[in-house]
Parts: sequence; structure tokens; C-alpha cells
Amino acid sequence: MRKFLPALTGLAALALCHFAEAFDAATATVLASGNSDTRIEALNKVIAGSDTAALPFLEKMLAEGVKISGDKAFIVDGDKAFDPVTGQPAELPADADDVVNSNRMRNEIESAISTLKLTSPDRTVRLEAAKSLQGGDTDEAKLPLVQAAETKEKDPEIRDILGQVRANIQLTSTDKAVRLAAVKTLAESSSPNIKEMLSTRLAADGETDPEARTAIVGAIKDIEGRLSRFELIAQIFTGVSLGSILLLAALGLAITYGLMGVINMAHGELMMIGAYATYVVQNLFRAYLPDAFQFYLLAALPVAFLVTAGVGMVIERLVLRYLYGRSLETLLATWGTSLFLMQLVRTIFGAQNVGVENPDWMSGSISLAASLSLPYNRIVIIGFAAAVLAFMWWLLTKTRLGLFMRAVTQNRTMARCVGVPTAKVDTMAFGLGSGIAGLAGVALSQIGNVGPDLGQHYIVNCFMVVVLGGVGQLAGTVLAALGLGIVSKFLEGITGAVLAEIVVLIFVVVFIQRRPQGLFAMTGRSAEV
Amino acid sequence: MDAVEGMSAVTGPNAGAGMLDRRNPPGLFNRLYGKTGWSLFFAGLAVTCALVPLLNLIVPEGSFLHLPDYWVALLGKIMCYAILALAMDLVWGYTGILSLGHGIFFALGGYAFGMYLMRQIGHDGSYHSDLPDFMVFLDWKAYPWYWKFTNHIAYVLLLVVLAPAVLALTFGFFAFRSRIKGVYFSIITQAMTVAFMLLFFRNETGFGGNNGFTDFKRILGHPIATAGTRMILFMTTALVLLGLMLVLRYIVTSKFGRILMAIRDAEGRIMFTGYNPLIYKLAIWTFSAMIAGVAGALYVPQIGIINPGEMSPGNSIEIAIWTAVGGRGTLVGALIGAVIVNGAKSWFTQAFPDYWLYFLGALFIMTTLFLPKGVMGLIDKWKVRT
Amino acid sequence: MSAGGKSPAVDVGGSSTFGHLMPPSGELDASHGVVLYLEDVTVSFDGFRALNKLSFSVDVGELRCIIGPNGAGKTTMMDVITGKTRPQSGKVFFGQTMDLTKMREPEISQTGIGRKFQKPTVFEQHSVFDNLELAIKADRGIWHSLFAKLSGEQMDRIDEILETVQLQEMADLRAGLLSHGQKQWLEIGMLLAQEPKLLLLDEPVAGMTDHETVRTAELLKTLEGKHSIVVVEHDMDFVGSIARKVTVLHEGSVLAEGTMDKIQKDEKVIEVYLGR
Repeated sequence: MRKFLPALTGLAALALCHFAEAFDAATATVLASGNSDTRIEALNKVIAGSDTAALPFLEKMLAEGVKISGDKAFIVDGDKAFDPVTGQPAELPADADDVVNSNRMRNEIESAISTLKLTSPDRTVRLEAAKSLQGGDTDEAKLPLVQAAETKEKDPEIRDILGQVRANIQLTSTDKAVRLAAVKTLAESSSPNIKEMLSTRLAADGETDPEARTAIVGAIKDIEGRLSRFELIAQIFTGVSLGSILLLAALGLAITYGLMGVINMAHGELMMIGAYATYVVQNLFRAYLPDAFQFYLLAALPVAFLVTAGVGMVIERLVLRYLYGRSLETLLATWGTSLFLMQLVRTIFGAQNVGVENPDWMSGSISLAASLSLPYNRIVIIGFAAAVLAFMWWLLTKTRLGLFMRAVTQNRTMARCVGVPTAKVDTMAFGLGSGIAGLAGVALSQIGNVGPDLGQHYIVNCFMVVVLGGVGQLAGTVLAALGLGIVSKFLEGITGAVLAEIVVLIFVVVFIQRRPQGLFAMTGRSAEV
Repeated sequence: MDAVEGMSAVTGPNAGAGMLDRRNPPGLFNRLYGKTGWSLFFAGLAVTCALVPLLNLIVPEGSFLHLPDYWVALLGKIMCYAILALAMDLVWGYTGILSLGHGIFFALGGYAFGMYLMRQIGHDGSYHSDLPDFMVFLDWKAYPWYWKFTNHIAYVLLLVVLAPAVLALTFGFFAFRSRIKGVYFSIITQAMTVAFMLLFFRNETGFGGNNGFTDFKRILGHPIATAGTRMILFMTTALVLLGLMLVLRYIVTSKFGRILMAIRDAEGRIMFTGYNPLIYKLAIWTFSAMIAGVAGALYVPQIGIINPGEMSPGNSIEIAIWTAVGGRGTLVGALIGAVIVNGAKSWFTQAFPDYWLYFLGALFIMTTLFLPKGVMGLIDKWKVRT
Repeated sequence: MSAGGKSPAVDVGGSSTFGHLMPPSGELDASHGVVLYLEDVTVSFDGFRALNKLSFSVDVGELRCIIGPNGAGKTTMMDVITGKTRPQSGKVFFGQTMDLTKMREPEISQTGIGRKFQKPTVFEQHSVFDNLELAIKADRGIWHSLFAKLSGEQMDRIDEILETVQLQEMADLRAGLLSHGQKQWLEIGMLLAQEPKLLLLDEPVAGMTDHETVRTAELLKTLEGKHSIVVVEHDMDFVGSIARKVTVLHEGSVLAEGTMDKIQKDEKVIEVYLGR
């Protein structure tokens, strides 16, 4: 996961290396004097040289804060004057004249400033600059610089805007060949904005050449195809991401309900405790190990697991132990437990949500295209869900505890007869299920609010996943979680979030009524009623 | 087995004290209640329909004997909850179906009656429009189709029972036909609850979204906030509750009731005895939903508001705990449980608001662990000892 | 894992959901002397064949014993007859006309097939009397049950059954408090109260004392002729004491059929029971 760090620092470094030739007093003088044409020529030279040192001077010029005396320009601020290059205080000659800018000149200076700012190391400055160019004129002189900036730009948002600026310049070129070439390159874009721009070119006052028009229509089609593919990928990704969260939340239940048959309505609260454990670890790191803050999540994992497993074992020992075989009572007792835990957390931490910060390596996103970026925290959680799943699979199939648990599931009496300490196994198994809920809590703390009600939002969905997958079937649980995740994200696109959730719930209810045993059914004969 | 019920340990529910003369069964009056039962019944009738009106309306306010409006409102509310608990006891206590969705039936009844109350506001809303304020706010021009006829009280009264009945019948038919039972059933009723709650939270659903219905002005043309109207609503609730104590008692002491209990204890056996459990479960489930709807309809005009919060899954589960605290499968237990828990809730939320959830949580745990037969079980034990 | 394929034990189609509202599909037509007829019945669970082309028939008034080692398919066969499990293929007929594979459990019960399970199942919270009241032959509908009163005739019938199964003294006792053997008898009594034409008894003497076993054998013999009876049993002495005709099941199909003597001499049966 640490490999994301170099990527981030590299980005900043690239933006920094933009100082070519120095801005000198002579250039300043030419910029400030003479007729507009010569000034613009000088301006274009500055732009071509990416001479960012000229920026303060240009800005001052725009603000009518430059005076000229003979062949020397000065920056004036109130009574004081400064040297335009060094910024040192200077004596302003008495004959200094204001530099007057025509409207044309003002526009030129403005766009020159924007263009220069494109090379700024500061992302927000560049973004603003790119945006200001967007609505401006389509002077071909700026094309090389914009192109250069675009190739150097790493930020997807800014690159997208620059791409549009460039396209706009090219598309309005008087040279048909340039326009056609522009359309051709634009067809490879995957930006909805470029599509929009191409569409406006098709308007009556836009492109008139029939060949170019067909090219534009084809380009729009290409982009649309790409966009819908990206949208599909994005939807599947968010679906898988939601599915992995559901899976994390449901995996613990798959043990407690699926294998042990315990309806644990406090499962959501165990996740909530896991999230609060993360919060506490975060605060401890902040207070005592600020240098290692980036790694607090790694420490939070075992802490959350142990805390929730402990809570779970206590619940099993004090409450559930006496209710095995009475599942409806278990349901009520664990609901009571959940109320208790929620209020306990309110008492300790307050009723308000608490802030859990993403470590840097989990913020930000991978950008595959202008319209497709995958947040790191989602990617990490998908990986994490897979890891927890693997851990559980290993535990259930490769360890002695897993063997015991499966034995107790299949035939409790028989297991006891062959010497399996069933009571202990129950406690351990419930602890394990609870601990996994805690791990889910760590993950949830990274993507949403952490508050006492956290668990309540997940509990119904968790049960839906386990029931849909088929009780006691790990593979079914995985399939159900991912399926529900993807389906609800797709529905969300059509119906909106709330209706999607309703539809999914209704779907699960109907499905269970068609196949009461879930996706994976077990069958057998019946010696008893 | 999930069936430790509040009945005497040795004999079945149909057996009174000792051997019965089966050739000459007791008349209906004696079948429903014993001496104590009837005494309590008539005492209840006297208190709610004579004493409470007397102390609240006739006795002057300053008097030591005056019953404040607050108490009338609280009692009325608790009686609505008691009706709801009775509905729960029918399905859970007697038939073994733990519903985590009765809050929906309750709320549907409430919303149905609320629609009528909203229409009764007339032009007195903030916008002085033909439509309720929330519809004006949504820029709707006319009532949606499902609001049709809701200005007629007869239709609304029908809707109060039909809306929950239709939902229960549909849901129950598919669930019971698929032989979904036990916790499985409970969990999908909870899923249904969440789905409905989300649905009613939407503004576009046409039931006022988050805020639901409130600011009622009139009922049957009479102002709703007067002492007289409130007392009539209170007495109606009491009569419905007492009436149900008779009707339901009749049902559970009939062969029908014994079949329900048999389904609870050994559904397979009842099936191989030739009864179709689907029909029986569906009947009692739907009937229970209708009762819950009635409770909701009585609740809304007394409380003055109905919103989707009533549909939260927690509310539905709480109904189960009222029934469990009192003692399942006894009817009276459900009533007692509703009174105890809701009484405690009113007191706690005023005296120690921060501790109510601790208490409720503990109540869930302690009842299931130590009081499987609830208060009625305690009373039985005490009776056996004396 | 089998993601596809319907689970036969659970999903039993909805065609006859409200079947019981209609009168049972005609009266039992056993004019050819056969009350129960199975042909090529196959049931498999996840690839395991519990019944493998099982065919056999029971005559009217016959008392038939079915034996076989564990896993021979005896209980599954009863599940198929009573509608609890749907066979993948094969015919199951009650008399000439009633196709049991198309009916649901309550209907099958109402047409006159009673079943006792391996583990005695009675309504434990009800009194012994109430158990019989629920079982007594009467309308099974809701309205009827809401207003039902036992007629004098039904009362007599219950008394008679109580006497038959020797539970007169316990009529008001909660059934859950009965001994194991008494529960078995109560269950048999409930079957009798249904007045079935065919009785299926799954291990009726399991857990009974010797005395109770003898009494049960006597009881079954008195029923022979009045009802058709199929008994699945492990207790060979018991089988020997009641059976005229015995069917041996093995791996889901009939291995041998005949009198007890003939069966005991059959090479294949000896091999199956004693191992190779």
C-alpha cells in the first residue's frame, strides 16, 4: 500500500521544474511600452518561455500598478515603487507615466497570466488558470504552451480542462486540416465535456464543412461509446466496492448465524465498536506517536479484532449460552444487548459522530480517465475484504478450531462425544464472528461517519446477505454480497438510492420466498416432523 | 422447542381446574373468563368509561382528585400499545410467529386515519389550500389517486383495517406458502419493515415524508383538541381494548385457538393431521395486522402526529418485548406487559432519559433469560405456592 | 454444491396451495384391491439416490412390514407417500385415482393417509384429550374450527380411543408429560381418530418397554382388516409377531418381499444384513 506514496510526491515534483529563461528589465520595458502589437509580441515571447518570474509584473500591469519612465518600468504600490525584476524598492522618477492598457491588451495580459500560471507548482493555481482559459479567446498563439502544459499535467481534472482549451483553439482554426486533425485526436478523448464541445460545433454557426461535420459526428459517437463503457466500469466498481463492504459486514454473521445458528442482532453494534476502537487508536497515535500516524490503521486492526472478540465472548458467556436452541429468544436478547451497547458508547463517547481520518495513503484516487476515478479507500477495502475472506476460509478449513466448529455445526452431540469441548468452541466461534465484525468496523470507519447508530444501518442488509447466500454457505455469502452490491448500484442509477434500497429489499424477500434455502440449498430426508 | 407458555404446568390450556365434565361444557360466559377475570374486566370498564371521565372532566382542576389531561393522554396511548401487544400475542404467543413488522401495520392504520384527519384540516393549513401543506410544498396540484375518498370516514375506517390486511395477506401468503418460519420469517419481516420505512420517508410517496402528518384540527367536524373529543377518543380506545379482550379470548379458547397453538408446537404434526397450516397462519396473521391497524388509527388522533419514525425496526421489536414481559400466549400478559414497559418508559424518559436504553436493553436480556413466561408466569408460580 | 435444481424436500409447487378448500379429489377408489401403489419412484438428494426406481403396492386391509438397513430409503418412502418430499420421477397412487405426487400434505392426510413419525410428535402443550380432539375426523376449515363443538358421537369416539391406547386416566394431562411409550400411543390414537384408510407407522415401538411392545402388536393386529397399515420397524421380533408379508428395502429399491420365513432364508437379505 505504501507504493502510492511515491506517486503522490512525484506529482508535486514534476510541477516544480518549470523555470526556463529569466525575466529581465528589458522585457519588462518592452511589455510596458510601445504599441500594442510590440507589447503582445513580447508577451507571447514570455509565454513561450514559460517565464513565471514575469507573473507579478503582469498582474501588477493588469491592476494599473505599473509606471514607465524612459526605458525603465516600475511597479508602483501607493507611494512606493519597486524594481519589476528584483522587487527591490526603487526611486520613481518624477516623469513616470502610467502604463495604459487597451481592452485588447488587457485580454492578452489576462490570458498570458493564465497561461503562465499553468506552470505553477500549486494545483489550485493551475486549476484556476485552466478554468480562466476555458472561456477565453481562441488565439492559436497560445496553442503550443497549452499543449505543453497539457502533456506535463498530471492532474486529471486540469488535464481535462486543458484538453478542452486546446481542442477549442484547434476546432475553430481557419485551417480545415488542423480542424480535422483536432477532431481525430478528440475522438480518442473520454471526456463528457469534449463531447459537449463537439456537439456545439455542430450547431448552425459552428462547423460548416461537411467533411469536418461527419468527422465530428463520428468522434461524438466514439466518445459516447467510451463514456458508456467507463460508466459501466465505474458502476461495477462501486457495486463491487459496496459488495465488499456488505461482505465484510456479513462475514462475521456468516459464522455466528450461518454456522452457529445464533441470530445476533448486536452484530451491527460490534462493528460500531470496531469503528470506535479505530477512533481510539487514531487518537492515541495522534497523541503519542504522531510520526507513525500514517500507520495507525494497521495497529487498529488487531485492537478492533481483540476488543470486539472480547465483547462478543462476554455476550456469549453471559447471555447466549443459556439460549441455544431458542433462536427467537436469542434474537430478542441480542437486540437488547445492541441497545445496551449503543447507549454505552453514547455515554462514553457522546451521541455525536466522531471524526476518523483517512491516512494519506488512503485518500485520493486513481484516475483512469476524466470520468473514471477509483478512490484509494474503496480499493483498499475491496482488497481488505478479500484478505478477511481468505483468513476466514483458512481458519475454517485449515485449523483445529475450524474443524471443531464445523463438527459442532453438523452434529453437536456427536462432537461432544468425540471430545470436542463444545462450550469452548461456541465461545471461540462467537468471538471469532464478533472479531470479524470488528474488522468490518475498521473498514467502515474509513468510508463513513462513525457514530453510535453506525451498526443499525447495516444489520438488516447483513442478514439479507447471509440469508440470500444460503445459511452456512461461505461461497453463497460472497456471491450474495457482491451480487447485492452490484445490483443496488445499478438500480441506484435508474431509480435513485432510496428506491433502489427498497427494490433490493423486496427482491431479497421475494427471492427467499422462491428459494427459502438461499442460493445454495441443502437437502435431506426427515425422520422427524 | 420454543414453547414455554404461560399456562399451568400440568394441564393443557383447555382444561380448567381438575377434570371437566366434557359432555356439559361451560357456557360462553364461563368459558371466556373465571370469576377474577370477569371482575377485573368490569372493573376496567368502570374505570375507563366512568371514573376517568369523572375525575378528568367533572372534578375541578384544583382538586386533589382531579386527573390531569396528561394522564388521560398517557393512558390512552398505553391502551393503544396494549391493543398492539394483543395483536402481537396472537401471532407470536399463540402461533409462534415472531413478527418484526407489526410496527408497519400499526403505522399503516395510523396513516390511513391520518389521511382523513389531514383532509379534515380543510383550508386551515398554512397555505390555505385545498391540499395539505406538504403537497403544496411539493407543488402538487391534486390529490394522488390513493387519497381518493379519504374524506369519507366510512371509507377511511375500512382502509384502517384493509391496508394492513392487504399487506399482511400478500406478504404472509408468499412467506407461509414457502414454509418460511422461525427466525427466518422474523428477519424478512424486518426487511419488509425497513423497506416500508424508507418508502414513507420519501416525500414523493405522498405521505408527508419525514414530517408525516400532524397539526390536525378536526375529527368528524369537531375540534380535535378539546377535552370532550379527547375523552371520547380515550373511551373508544378503552372499549376497543376491552372488546378485543373478549373476542380474542373467544378465539384462543376455540378449537381454532388450539389449532394455532398446535401449529406453534408441532406444525408438521398439524399438517399430517389434515389441517393446512398456511390457511390458519394466514388468517391469524392477517387478523393480527388488522388489529394493529386499528391500534394505529386510535393512536394518531390522540397523539396528534404520525411519521415514518413509527416504522423503525426498533419499534416493532419493542412490541415483542412488551408481550414477552407480560407473558406470551396469555392475552392478559400482553396487556400487562404493554402497561409495564410503556409506563416505565414514560417515567424513565422524564426522570433519567440517559438510562432508558440501558433499562430497555436489560429488560430484553433479563426477560428472555430469567422470565420466559413473563409476569404471568410469576403470578402462576405464586398461585401454585399459595 | 448444487446451485441449480429445486430442492425436493422444500419446494412443493403452489398449484394446490388452497387445495384443502376444495373437497379431496374424490373418494378412495380401491376397487381393484390395491390401496397404495408406487412405481419406479426415484428421489435423489444432491446426487445421492435415496429411492431408486422403487416399486411396490399394498392391498386393502393389509398389514405390511417394511424392513431394511439404515439408509435403505424407508423414511424417504414415507415422505414421498405423505407429500413431504416430491419424487423426481415415478408414480405414487392412493387407490386407483388419487395421484399423491400432485397433492400437499394436508390434502393427503384428509384423503385418508395417516402418518406416525419416527420420533413421537404430539402437541405437547395440549392435554391428551385436546390432542385427540384436534385429530378427530371433522371439517378442517377455519370457520368450522372457530365455532366447533364436539358432538356426542365424537365424544364417544374419543373415549373409545382413549381406552384403546390406555390413556383414559391421563385425558387431562399435558401431553408433554407423558412417557415416551405413552406419547407413541397417543400418536397412534390420534391417527386412529383421523379414521384413515392407510396408516403409515415409522418405528412405532422404538423406545417402548417389552410390555408396551406386546400391547402395540396386539393393537395393530386388531386394526388389521379395518385399515391398511404399513409399518417400518427395526425390531425383528415385533415384525415377526405381526407381519404376514414383509418387504425388504435396500439402497432405495425392493430387495425381497414375502413372508417372514421366506425373507429370513433369502440369501440376498442375509448378505445385506450380515455383511459380506
